This record gives sequence, structure tokens and C-alpha cells, in this order.
Amino acid sequence: MHELLLAAGGPGPVSTGEAIAFWILGPVALAGGLGMIFSRNAVHSALWLVLTMLSLGILYMVQQAPFLGFVQIIVYTGAVMMLFLFVLMLVGRDSSDSVVEVLRGQRLWAAVLGVGMAGLVVGAVSRALTDVQTANLNGPNANGGIGNVANVGKLVFTDYLFPFELTSALLITAAVGAMILGYLDRHSKGTKHTQRELVEMRFRGEYARPGSLPGPGVFATANSVATPALLPDGSVSGESLSRLIDTTASEELSGDVTSVAGSGVAPDAHALVPGADRSETEENR
Amino acid sequence: MTRAEVLADDPIWLILIKVVVLFAFGVVMTLFMIWLERRVVARMQHRPGPNRVGPFGLLQSLADGLKLAFKEDIMPAKADKVVYFIAPVISTIPAFVAFSVMPFGGRVSIFGEQTYLQLVDLPVGVLVVLACSSLGVYGIVLAGWSSGSPYPLLGALRSAAQVISYEIAMGLSIVGVIITAHSLSTGDIVNAQANFELWGLKVNSFFIPLLPSFLIYVTSMVGETNRAPFDLPEAESELVGGFHTEYSSLKFALFFLAEYVNMVTVSAFSTMLFLGGGLFPFVGQDSVLNNGWLQFVWFIAKTFVLLFLFIWLRGTLPRYRYDQFMRLGWKVLVPVNLSWIVALVAVRQLRSAGWPLGPTLFFGAIAVLGLIALSFALPDREVPDDEYVPVTGGGYPIPPLDLEVPTETPKRRRQTRGSRSRRRAAVTAGQSASASQSQEGSNDGNV
Repeated sequence: MHELLLAAGGPGPVSTGEAIAFWILGPVALAGGLGMIFSRNAVHSALWLVLTMLSLGILYMVQQAPFLGFVQIIVYTGAVMMLFLFVLMLVGRDSSDSVVEVLRGQRLWAAVLGVGMAGLVVGAVSRALTDVQTANLNGPNANGGIGNVANVGKLVFTDYLFPFELTSALLITAAVGAMILGYLDRHSKGTKHTQRELVEMRFRGEYARPGSLPGPGVFATANSVATPALLPDGSVSGESLSRLIDTTASEELSGDVTSVAGSGVAPDAHALVPGADRSETEENR
Repeated sequence: MTRAEVLADDPIWLILIKVVVLFAFGVVMTLFMIWLERRVVARMQHRPGPNRVGPFGLLQSLADGLKLAFKEDIMPAKADKVVYFIAPVISTIPAFVAFSVMPFGGRVSIFGEQTYLQLVDLPVGVLVVLACSSLGVYGIVLAGWSSGSPYPLLGALRSAAQVISYEIAMGLSIVGVIITAHSLSTGDIVNAQANFELWGLKVNSFFIPLLPSFLIYVTSMVGETNRAPFDLPEAESELVGGFHTEYSSLKFALFFLAEYVNMVTVSAFSTMLFLGGGLFPFVGQDSVLNNGWLQFVWFIAKTFVLLFLFIWLRGTLPRYRYDQFMRLGWKVLVPVNLSWIVALVAVRQLRSAGWPLGPTLFFGAIAVLGLIALSFALPDREVPDDEYVPVTGGGYPIPPLDLEVPTETPKRRRQTRGSRSRRRAAVTAGQSASASQSQEGSNDGNV
């Protein structure tokens, strides 16, 4: 590969620093790509891809294109991958890939398109390594004598203005589409109510009761949801007990019952002493 | 030789010295800022603040840091081990890297070697700072995700949304500076400000002509560093500690370090972009006040003004609600910034086309005011006028939430008017008393 690079390097050989950078960053980028494909966890995949993008960005910088390198880091690593991560994190950390084929013929088409894509990439790269004369970006007279950044800016806003605007139109279309799909008109009927509307509806009697259900009784001795709230006359408020708890087997709540009754284990100062017999405590719980 | 060429000529030992000094600068500034913040906020709240360790309590944060290092390092059972370990490192390293492009001072001679007080001067220096801040978010997001617990995850999601939104406002406010300075290089931006005159006065800074950009930058830099009043990712009343809830010991210390180094970075960046870097205002670049080492002093002084602003905001303002915060970012800062950039470009273009600036601005302002007046003439959205009176389940009307209880009933008023003619002299002295009496009376009547 190094010899190929040397052979293709039009004006001037590849410097030692660039070669070192290539031989470090190249394997790292490759490892990132492989890691992205082979890791089971979606977030790990995304992180491997970040590694690849970072190495590519640094490779651009080494090859005298600092603007491209930093834009690669800001746009791809900073914005695009961050949004990916954002969604992946919402999906949940324990969800792994399913191996069941959901779409019919997906694997076949994936294989065909993958091979086609690989062919295209190999063709493009082999042509870049043999036919294309490399332009030297280094030195004061390169880039039209005004430097990489100024030149990129000039070209984007003159010769390549139309493709540039087309790209932004594409992005805006996507953004507007997402907004329309996600938009909820609050003023139309049958949608989510505001807080104020909900309060008024509650008082109008459209709900079972105007306020919320009474909470469980929280006393100094217990903060369990199984503890019922007491009404002013001392009787138990049935509404404060969750239906879920009513259906729970009584053994599961026995710990809470003992703690409310005060017959459980009291805090013991010797509990932290190593060697103290704690099996008794365990049994009581 | 230009700044970049001088810096590229630095020998290895000088580069190493600069790297070590930059790292030490970041750490010392963190220790000092924690102390300063606690002292200043304490003063604002009428209490002494840390004053035991060292003179004026200066060594307090060092003691805290040492204590943190000896704390137990806890790895939660459900944590993703590798990511949990590297997250604090990812958040700390970019914070320090951003220092490398800051032009701390002018041209100096160190051990006989001519150089600038700056590590590198890249043609895209401004983008380096932006890239570092966008990489720093990964630390926060991954820390929240890898902890395997809901509060850190929520904090991390908030933080990701916050930093991405405010980075847009931040990047747009930098555009104004780049248009004016014609460069993305930090050194060139400072040099451009050195020649900047306003009405014959050498202001040596961009913040007066680019005031909207400056204000937006200052707002968004507070959001970008997750500081009060925008510290929603670590809102302790809602999310325990936010993304670093599960962290302890040195890993927690690294997050702290990253936060404070980020504060210093964005303040220094703002100094460089808007406040003229190390230049002393009102004098030329060749003045004694602007020699290389003194520029370093002015740079630090300007940075500290902004750092004090951070502390002041924290001591003064309550935390924003999340939706208000997002509305400020997307619906105020970004549109204002975009229209400001368009106006700036228009003014520059008209000036270079030979238009006189004064009349152009005057007629431009008239046109904008006319548009605003026209917008008032547009009909408002029709508000549906519902006639119903809210009633309770029992059928009684509900009093409105903003009900004002009248102090006098009509009947009572008629009675007092009748008696007033009889005891007119006593009215002025006993007015408030009679008013409160009548209010009590009306309350009794209602009950």
C-alpha cells in the first residue's frame, strides 16, 4: 500500500510523518469499521464508527486539508453520530440485534447490493491509485496561493454554488418532512389537552374525581406504598391503596408489615463489625 | 514572518514547555475557579465561604481534589464497563486540546527563541474549538448511558439536546466575526481587531460593532458548558446529579475538571473573538502596553471578567425550565442570529459598493420599522370564544383562577355613602379601618 501511495504521489514523495500517520490511522479506521459491523450492541457499533470517522478526519488534516478534516469531525462525529446515539440510547441499552429476517428477501438483496457497492469502491480506488494525478496541497503557492480554507470557500460559493444549494435544499426537505410527521396541532379537536384545560375538565366532572387519588400513608416508621393513608377519623382510606397491592400475595408484603408494626429488626450498631453474626438478621428479613 | 510561520519554527523543547504550561494552566485555573466560585457565591449569599485551608481558603479545592482521589472507585453492577471507564477521559481531553489554538499573548522571546504565546496557529483555529466542544459531549452522553441507571440517562439526553442546540447558535455568532476578520485563524482574528477603529478611536475589539453576535455568544456559551441558569443536565432537584450520578473518586473529579476547563476555554475563546485577545484598548499595536508578555496579562484579565460573569449568573438566576430553555435557543437566538448575519453582509456589501453608510442604515431601519408596523396590521388568529362557565360536578360555577375579591359589596357601599355625610370628618382618619371592616362584613355575609 505504501509503495502504491509512493507510486501515485505526483509531486513530491510521501513524507515520513505522513507515512507514520497513515500506518497508525489506517489500521485504526479499519478496526473501527470491522468493530462497527461485528459488535452486538448498537451503541458500541456507533462508537466504533465514531473511531473510523475521527481517523479519517485526522488523515485529511495530515494531507494538508485541515478544513475538510475539522468539518468531518464537527459535522459527522459531532452532529450526525450524536443524533444516532441519541436515538439508540432511547431504544434501550439491552436491546440486541434480532437475527430473524423481517423483510422478505432482505439478505439476498443486501448481498447483491453489498457486492455491487464493493465493486464500485474497488473500481474508484484503483482508478485513484493509477490514473489520477495528485495535486500538491502543500506549500505557499499551492491552492492558488491563497490557502486551502479560502479556496474551498471561494469554490463553494462560485463554481459549486448550485450543487451546494441543492444539498441544503435536500436537508431542509428532510427537516421539514420530519417536522410535519411529528407535528401535533394543539388547537384541533381530539388532541392533547393543556394543563389548564385538564383542570377545568376535572372540575366539570368529566373525570372520576377532581383531584388526584390520595397517596399512601407515609409515617415516621414506614414509607412503603403498602401502608394505607388514614382519614381524619382514623379509619383506613380505601382509595389510597393501589389495586396492584391488593392483588399481591401477603407473604411478599410481610416485611413492610413488620416494619410498620415495629416488630422487625432494629438498627444494630454491631452490624458493621466484621465477624459479627449476621445470619440472624438475614433470617428475620 | 507571519504568526503561523514563527510558531512552526519552534524547537521541540519549546513546544514541550508550552504543552506542559497549557496543561498546568488548565488544572490551576480549575482549582482557582472552584475556590473563586464558592467564595463569590458565598459573598452574594452573605456567608463566608471556604476560609480554613490555606490563606483565604485558597487551598480548599486542592484539599477536595486530594480527598476525591482517595475515595472508593465504584463501578455499578449494570454499568457498561469499558464505556463507563473511558467516558470521563473523553470529556476531559478535548477540553484541554481546545487550549492549543488560543492566542494568549503577543510575540516574546523565551530563552532567546522568538515565538508567540500560543501553541499552534492553524488556518482553521476556530473550527478546532468547535470540534473539541462537539467531541466533549460524547463524554457526557456516554457517561449517562453507560451508568445503566435512569437519572444519568435522562441527564445525558438533556445534555446532548442542549449542547447540540446551543452549538448552532454559538457557531452562527462566530460567523459574524469570521466575516469581519476574513479568517478562521485565531491569530489572524486578533490581528484584525488590532487595526479596528470606530469613529477614530482604537477600540481593538469586535464586541461593539458586533454586539448582537457577542451577546448571543455569551448566552450560548453558558448553555454550551451546562452552567446555571442552563444547568439542566445536572439539575440536582430533578435528576439527583445528572449524568455523573453514578460516578465517584477520580472519574468524578475528571468530569469536574472538564466542566471548569470548558468554562475557561469558552471564556478565552470569547476574549479572542470579541474582546481583542491580549490587546490593550485605545492604544496601537506597537505601544508599550501591548508588548508580548503584557498581552498575556490583559488576556487573562479579560477572561476573568467573563468567568466572573459565569459565577454571577449562577449566584443570581434560577434554573430555566427545559422547554423555555429550548425555545430560547431555537426560536430566539438562532433566528436573531441569522437575520443579523444577513444584515451584516448587506451593510458590508453596500459599503464596498460605495454607498454612504449613514443614509443606508437610516433607510434600512425605516424599512424594518415599516415591516414591523405592517405586521401589526395583519389580522390575528381568531381565538374561539367559548361562552360556557365552568361548573363543578355538583353544578356550581367555579370561580376563575385569577379572581379578585371586591373589598366592598354594592349594598355595603350604599350604606357607607349614607353614613359618610354624617361623619365626614372622621372618614380620612378611619378610611382604611372602615374598609377592612366592610371587607370582613362582606366575608361574613358570604359564609
